[in-house]
Amino acid sequence: MFELDRENTDASEMRMAVVSAIQDLMKINDKVIALEADLGSASGWAKIKKSNPDRFINVGIAEANMVGVAAGLSLIGFIPFIHSFAPFVSRRVFDQIFISGAYSQNTINIYASDPGFTVAANGGTHTTFEDIALYRTIPDALICDAADFVQMRWIIKNFADLKGIHFVRANRKPIANIYKEGSEFEFGKGNILKKGHDILLIAAGQLVSDALNAAESLEKKGISVEVIDMFCIKPLDKDLILKEIKDKRAIISFENHSIIGGLGSAIAEVLAENACGIPLKRIGVNDRFGQVGTADFLQKEFGLTQSVVVDFALSLQN
Amino acid sequence: MADIAGLARNNSADAVMMTNGNEEDEIIMNEKEIKKLKLLSAKIRLDVLKCIKKCGYGHLGGSLSIVELLSVLYGKQLRYDAKNPQWKERDFVILSKGHAGPALYSALANVGFFGKDWLLTLNENGTKLPSHLDRVKTPGVDMTAGSLGQGASIAAGIAAGFKLKKNAQFVYLIAGDGELNEGQCWEAFQFIAHNKLNNCIAFIDENKKQLDGWTKDVINPYDIEKKMQAFGFFTKKVKADDESAIDEAIEKCKSVKDSAVCIILDSIKGQGIKYFEDMMDNHSVKFNTAENIKAADDAIEELSALITRLE
Repeated sequence: MFELDRENTDASEMRMAVVSAIQDLMKINDKVIALEADLGSASGWAKIKKSNPDRFINVGIAEANMVGVAAGLSLIGFIPFIHSFAPFVSRRVFDQIFISGAYSQNTINIYASDPGFTVAANGGTHTTFEDIALYRTIPDALICDAADFVQMRWIIKNFADLKGIHFVRANRKPIANIYKEGSEFEFGKGNILKKGHDILLIAAGQLVSDALNAAESLEKKGISVEVIDMFCIKPLDKDLILKEIKDKRAIISFENHSIIGGLGSAIAEVLAENACGIPLKRIGVNDRFGQVGTADFLQKEFGLTQSVVVDFALSLQN
Repeated sequence: MADIAGLARNNSADAVMMTNGNEEDEIIMNEKEIKKLKLLSAKIRLDVLKCIKKCGYGHLGGSLSIVELLSVLYGKQLRYDAKNPQWKERDFVILSKGHAGPALYSALANVGFFGKDWLLTLNENGTKLPSHLDRVKTPGVDMTAGSLGQGASIAAGIAAGFKLKKNAQFVYLIAGDGELNEGQCWEAFQFIAHNKLNNCIAFIDENKKQLDGWTKDVINPYDIEKKMQAFGFFTKKVKADDESAIDEAIEKCKSVKDSAVCIILDSIKGQGIKYFEDMMDNHSVKFNTAENIKAADDAIEELSALITRLE
């Protein structure tokens, strides 16, 4: 079970959630191994090299090889975790993940850092608005967008018990706290963070915090919004969606990703196939390439702020 | 991963001990052993031909060019248990040029991983023997392959893992010369060389042709041995139809202490059957002409006679 703890503003870096979770795993499981592609200083995984030198491999700037080496390690019983910036463990290595990993029934755990607008100064070349869309087409892949530090640690620790392709994306930097330390989750299950009766707002990743802020703001304006953290995009919690849309006037999906192929698309598929007749608004990146700028600027530029959610919800009243 | 290189030295020390502590002391097979391998080569070659002819089409050229290598591996060098294909202490074979599946299937059937009747099901609906290797479907196939270039990284991962576990197992990588067009091979070679993964014996099947023609005309590989040396590998180059030479090269590689090792097989696409060696477009051969079918039948007859003589 989970509890909320949004008052805690003592946020830690998301990358340290990953590092500390992997280090914890390595204390109890000598099969866990970390692979980097020359971004150890950026990901903080250099700390893993220091704490567990015989369970850390730097493959150099060679992500395709990193995926293959991870698959080879999986074949002889290791539990590999790999990291790179989101584009380089999605677009760049899609066939390696697909064939060396998934099709061959190997296990690879993937941390894709700085997805979507969180790319900031690395700009358009390093931007992924399509990583979830790509991974969703891989049979049986598990796809997560971590909402905060506590959830990220839980995701990494629980990946280690599973076999297959497991992908989690998140900012490297600190993001707002959502959950109380010790919260437990379940892959394939969404979390209702706030009940409401007018609108169902389904968000994932860093935008969960903005979704909660938007809901609070709308509450003051007389609109009751229910908020779900759909941290696990595949498998998607269809049952929860179909249960919670009852009596709602509209559904909003809210994601740091293209509206093509991500959370919004996945929800649309569920709604369409169940003939719900309830309108869905997908708030996400509208078929655009990325660009350079601060994360705040990019979040506004691509229409991913809480005010976009609030404005849309208010527009429904007119 | 500072430790892998150190472990490489430890492991190769063991390897040297296995060759009586004298690196220069080449292990020469006796005539009986050589005859045994020549017999296995003939059987594998015969089954490759039967398997592809029955199917009606298949990757004949690149399957035939590694027949003698597979004979040396499965007839002498490898540690495996045909009755327990997942035996954890086995040596691994990563046939990265996955379209040469029929060659590996024939080798596996001849040493008892499954019945030879399976060979006649190549590519049939629901078969356990697909044109490209699938580790989930076929007992004895250690890794799926077909998307070229990926096997080198897999072998690298296995070799690195063995070093970390301090296991004295070997992984044998078989890549094609055409496959070297794929950049991922070279990413993996850098990794294998840097980490001195001498427990990964990398074979490059230099049969000089790829699907669209001669490698030198498609993408010139220039001198593959020099390239591998420049990447940091100890290299040997041997005639690919010479079981003794292949075996000696493997023994030599197993005695190398502190670098990655590579054996370049000077081979012929379609190796061992003159008609198919001379056929220009022999990457994939169709048995839909009287001439091709007759050539295959003649070769089957000759190979069967050879097997009878050797047995």
